Amino acid sequence: MISFLRKTFGVSDKSRNDSIQSPLIDQPTAPASGVQAIEVEINMDDPLMDHLIKASGIVEIDRLELDSPTLRILKDAGVKITVPLVSQGELIGLLNLGPRLSEQEYSSDDKRLLNTLATQAAPALRVAQLARQQQLEARERERMEQELRVARVIQQTLLPKEIPQRKGWHLAAHWQPARAVSGDFYDFFEYPDGKLGIVTGDVTDKGVPAALVMATTRSILRSAAEGLESPGQLLSKANDLLCEDIPHNMFVTCLFLLVDLEKGEITFANAGHNLPYKRTENGVDELCATGMPLGLLPGMIYDENQAVLNPGESILLFSDGLIEGHNPDGEMFGFHRLKRIMEENPGGSSMIQLLIDKLTDFTGPDWEQEDDVTFVTLEREISPIAEIAENMDDEDIEWIILADFSLPSKPGNERLAMERVAEAIQDLPFKPDRLERLKTAVAETALNAIEHGNKYQPDLNTDIIVKTASGVLKIFITDHGGGRPIPEAIEPDLEAKLAGLQSPRGWGLFLIKNMVDEMRIHTDEKHHTVELIMRYEGQLK
Amino acid sequence: MKSQPFEALLRTTPDAVIIDLFGEINAFADGAINQAYDQADQQNTANILLNFKEVTYINSTGIALIVGIMAKSRKNHKRLTVFGLSDHYVEIFQITRLADFMAIFPDETTALTTAA
Repeated sequence: MISFLRKTFGVSDKSRNDSIQSPLIDQPTAPASGVQAIEVEINMDDPLMDHLIKASGIVEIDRLELDSPTLRILKDAGVKITVPLVSQGELIGLLNLGPRLSEQEYSSDDKRLLNTLATQAAPALRVAQLARQQQLEARERERMEQELRVARVIQQTLLPKEIPQRKGWHLAAHWQPARAVSGDFYDFFEYPDGKLGIVTGDVTDKGVPAALVMATTRSILRSAAEGLESPGQLLSKANDLLCEDIPHNMFVTCLFLLVDLEKGEITFANAGHNLPYKRTENGVDELCATGMPLGLLPGMIYDENQAVLNPGESILLFSDGLIEGHNPDGEMFGFHRLKRIMEENPGGSSMIQLLIDKLTDFTGPDWEQEDDVTFVTLEREISPIAEIAENMDDEDIEWIILADFSLPSKPGNERLAMERVAEAIQDLPFKPDRLERLKTAVAETALNAIEHGNKYQPDLNTDIIVKTASGVLKIFITDHGGGRPIPEAIEPDLEAKLAGLQSPRGWGLFLIKNMVDEMRIHTDEKHHTVELIMRYEGQLK
Repeated sequence: MKSQPFEALLRTTPDAVIIDLFGEINAFADGAINQAYDQADQQNTANILLNFKEVTYINSTGIALIVGIMAKSRKNHKRLTVFGLSDHYVEIFQITRLADFMAIFPDETTALTTAA
């Protein structure tokens, strides 16, 4: 009878130049009598390793004379013979045996049997090793993906949670990372004198390194903006601070606009970012300003330029992800295409979705987003419509009230609100698809009012006014949930929802915003009013 | 307008299980739609089809229910396909990007052909 001395075994990893444990034979759960387990490590520079690799079969340990630490361990453990397990020319393990229980020498038959066993066991063992390695790698990948998903959620909290709402102005933003996290960012600074700061930036590279620099840059800009209004001085200070912290091969392009909302005057400075486009009745122009990106050289000075935004005009700020998107033929989206799209379409917040659609059409369905895509739009509304949005009793325009009603805040009444509004506007020349969009927007707005604003309290009404004038339809839906802001209608993170990281809910505001030409939110201490605006061509039937 | 109670019924074909949806998909549809999906999930098929032909209304809560089902099918390695959506709801599925994560077909025949 052959007595097997069970061992574990390790080989050194050449790439790491250190020794690793790699058990080949699992420890028995209930070891048989005379069976023991020890761990053996063999470094690559151990002469025993060379001997085992070259051996064609079993190796008699007690007859070996080598200056080998491992050999001494094996001898001390009582190993008599060892059988190298070789698969595809690689030594993957050893089968170690102690003396026979009968105390006789191993016979030729024993040795043949062991060689046969080793020949058959080696490939099976290799397969098991590879399977385990793949399993470990898959677990590691899953862990990293999970960490990135969390990082994305954290990074989203660094972006503004709400878009500032100012009378007569409309701001919108869109942030679309190429990977889980992004180097693009935007931010708003509201100054005590009523002016508004708008910043967009783009860190070189993308993914985690860019995201880390983005977080630092955002903090530095926020800190700099606390004491400074001047865009040029702010960028200079941010540059000096960033130069101390930023990795050697990275930098940040950044654009800062300071907007005087009373006068429509914009003062801006640029640190190597794409020039913003201003859209007017006469076409689209770049707002020119140049300067070195942040983080390259300390002591930089950034020139300031000025522009005026008149009612009806808008500005688009954008990152490289749009311009540098490629179609399947390798052609770049480019500045000219962007300019043409802006010239041919309405400006303002509707431009964002249009550009996303145009980029998708251009790059094709199989496009893997090459770079982060970020947009910020600033639009000065046309008077007197902007004034009337705030004041329903305005006397300059003759509004026709199509409906004015209230509904108890009961589940399902949003559907009733939708049908009542649809009935009220049946004489307006809306195309069927736009009518369906409007109905969905009304139902979702009413649902938000009933559920979130009035919290399903039947004694709290949801009030709805529908009015029209000069090709404009406005619907005001009011609830009693004032005193707290309604969140910004950002695009929900579907990937996170599908992965179970976020609630599957949270689609309402995003849907509303995408269903109508414009959505405005008015909040006071007691009420929220959501204003839905749809334009139409033609007259009342 | 009186709301139509929601109902979800299962049909089995050689290549897929079809869940026929009727009425309005809103908060009231939660129990029925999830129960129907769980039953479909237990069938021996990799393909589950949602039939929206008789669906009259989907609100944002309904979208959330569909997202929940998508998450389940993803977890259980089932292929979720939809058909019978009106043009308006196809647009909503595109805007919400649900269409990026599951195939949408105009009718049952086309959906089943692809499933096969």
